[in-house]
Amino acid sequence: MSLTKKLSGILLVLSFVFSSVDAATKNGVKLADKQIFTYRILDDIKSFDPQISTDVSGSEILRSLFEGLMNEDSTGELVPGAATSFSVSEDKLTYTFNLREANWANGEPVKAGDFVYAWRRLVDPATASEYAWYMELMGIVNASQVVKGELAPDQLGVKALDDKTFQITIENALPYFPSMTTHASTFPVLQSVVEKHGTQWTRPENMVGNGAYTLDEYRPGEKVVMKRNPGYWNDAETTLEEVVALVINDDDQALTRYLAGEMDKTEIPSGQFPRLKKEYADEAFSYPRSCSYIYWFNIGEKGPEALKDVRVRTALSYAINREIITDKILQGGQYQSYNFTHQKTAGFTLPDIEYANWTQPERDAKAKALITEAGYGPDNPLKLSISYNTSEGHKKIAIAISQFWKKTLGVEVELINTEWKVHTTNMQAGDYEIGRYAWCGDYNEASTYLDLLTSYSGHNVGGFSNTAYDELMAESKTMADPSDNYSKAEALLAAQMPFAPIYQYTGVIMLKPHLKGWPIGNLMQNWYARELYIVEP
Amino acid sequence: MLTYIVRRLIIAIPTLLILVVLSFTLMHAAPGGPFTADREVPPEILANLEARYGLDQPFVVQVFVYLKNVVLHFDFGPSFVYKDRTVNEIIANGFPITLTYGAIAFAVAVFFGVALGVAAATHHNRWIDYFAVGIAIGAQVLPNFVLAPILVLVFTLMLGWLPGGGWEYDQPRYIIMPVIALATSFLASIARITRSSMLEVLNAQHVRTARAKGLPSHRVILSHVLKPALLPVLSYLGPTFVTMITGSVVIDMFFSTGGIGLSLVNAALNRDYSVMMGITILIGALTIGFNLLIDILYAWIDPKIRY
Repeated sequence: MSLTKKLSGILLVLSFVFSSVDAATKNGVKLADKQIFTYRILDDIKSFDPQISTDVSGSEILRSLFEGLMNEDSTGELVPGAATSFSVSEDKLTYTFNLREANWANGEPVKAGDFVYAWRRLVDPATASEYAWYMELMGIVNASQVVKGELAPDQLGVKALDDKTFQITIENALPYFPSMTTHASTFPVLQSVVEKHGTQWTRPENMVGNGAYTLDEYRPGEKVVMKRNPGYWNDAETTLEEVVALVINDDDQALTRYLAGEMDKTEIPSGQFPRLKKEYADEAFSYPRSCSYIYWFNIGEKGPEALKDVRVRTALSYAINREIITDKILQGGQYQSYNFTHQKTAGFTLPDIEYANWTQPERDAKAKALITEAGYGPDNPLKLSISYNTSEGHKKIAIAISQFWKKTLGVEVELINTEWKVHTTNMQAGDYEIGRYAWCGDYNEASTYLDLLTSYSGHNVGGFSNTAYDELMAESKTMADPSDNYSKAEALLAAQMPFAPIYQYTGVIMLKPHLKGWPIGNLMQNWYARELYIVEP
Repeated sequence: MLTYIVRRLIIAIPTLLILVVLSFTLMHAAPGGPFTADREVPPEILANLEARYGLDQPFVVQVFVYLKNVVLHFDFGPSFVYKDRTVNEIIANGFPITLTYGAIAFAVAVFFGVALGVAAATHHNRWIDYFAVGIAIGAQVLPNFVLAPILVLVFTLMLGWLPGGGWEYDQPRYIIMPVIALATSFLASIARITRSSMLEVLNAQHVRTARAKGLPSHRVILSHVLKPALLPVLSYLGPTFVTMITGSVVIDMFFSTGGIGLSLVNAALNRDYSVMMGITILIGALTIGFNLLIDILYAWIDPKIRY
């Protein structure tokens, strides 16, 4: 054996030794060399500006580019983000957040003033943010007046006590206030950058964030590429080098590209979960997702007379065979729903709702009795219309429900299908009889659902108004443990039936087995790219 | 000829104006607006948004301001939905992509369509004819929204040869499938029109004379048949070219190309007024321009046509 051969042999052995020492591991598993996570988004990102963004996929990206006061862990529990800790005053109206030592991607320190600037910016009429209401929802002092232009933005109840202390004053105690600071619209932005570049500040070449990643490339309608930010305070624990979001409008196309190995994550097209679960047992997942699918009964001014009768509403709700909808139509592990709040919501115990425990024949019998009692029958059939927006899924459900109602109750149903904007406009104007609707939680607490039914809610499109309900919800805001009130509120909804609950969502996705760290257990599906990693196959 | 061109260009101005006003009116008449959302935006916030985008002005003022910005500054305004971007940017980014795959697809469709049509007509009622007609009909019944997913299934999933989507100007592998998917049905139409028009011309008196003179077959076809036979094809090509280069929602949707076809449809669905107007005007101007070009080509091909 020649010397060179010997040497190269030794080098080879050495390189093995070193590479096995070098090869990074996480949680005891060997990491892949290529740390790139590619996933699919349905539509193009509407905005990369935290205070302007309104869409879910935009928020997902913003959680990588910026960091708010608090983050969520894989189960949805609050963990420190840009703030290390917070304290709350005795009257529960003042929150003081202590910020950590962290930098913006350009090296400047993250200061409390950056949060003050961003929060004022969100409510400033000049920003014209569609999400300005989020500060009103948080109950920040003077938020409404600033939005209305009655007070200057600097009158908002936020201030920087010093560079690292951010103080917020709210109007009424809100037990879940800290969890609201994980929302993308509350993320800080750097005033100097925003003012220097105007609307152009979100371009990859201009943007400066405080998140674990920086915006590297944006190709409208095609993809978003983010690269690891070495200046992020917790970069040592970040693993993914690159995050790529591909815009793919068509569900089936996305699945094909996933199966071809172009992506690590995609949504499963409706109805395909059972097949994929069989074929790819370790890749197809169904997990609870905080949204509730309902049919509003319009009991407002413009609604039909029949629906003002609680017996009619109850009969209609009872006669829906939810099992068929979840198991035969949707087939993605969705939950049959007899209440409003998603049953997996943190701290929420599903109240005992009587008709949930009956069999469908029992419900049908009860429904028939109720509709006869209300004066409808073969001689005097009830005529109603169901409005829904264009989608295969909504259509199938509407057809199924119209059949349940026809067969069980003899109701003659007209189906009205319109495109989404028309449907939404009609619903909000009260121009419908029975309308398809879905509500998704803004935060992981039952009031994000139950507040909707208060008479003063801006989203109560069914026109439900009940003093007892309003009182229950108002009282819950000041209680240490409001869960008892939430149960009472749900029971009241089951008795009054302002809408028919139909099902509660699951997310159904394909995830490559080599991708680890996905927060399946997070009901809000608030995932953070810096917690994901790719292991060797 | 020159006066004709000038006259057509002058007529184009009121045509475009009418297009703008009509689209503007129709768009605002559609229920809902750019800020209609699941979560109804509270009135005070809606007021801020409308003020920001000038939607609080009377309708006539909005039209006037819009026209002024477009004519004087060539400024189509900000997108109402993709708020970080302007319409000019959206078009500047998406149109070159659409133009690229559209123009290539057009060239492919014309070349193969005409070749197929000529081959079929010159071999009338022989196997080449049946074969060509078979291909043309097959291509016609495969609309692009069926063909696109099939292509991806075969070339991306099964063979792994081509990426399933995305766009790179300098990499043909991103362009092949969009081009095939877009070109196929146009190719079929062009083949059918060429074939039937060729058959008609082949039976014309002057062709019989040419053959009687003893001209070789290829000379007859090239000098005496092809030019007149292409007239009907040409009138089909004008609008087809505009359709192809202004994008196909199906191509953009299935191949994530980032072209303006999908932008237009999304703008309509999202009530993104400014983007919809911008792309409508672009398509309108291109249609007018290419129709004029085709008319000029007509005169060149057929000396009997005089303007």
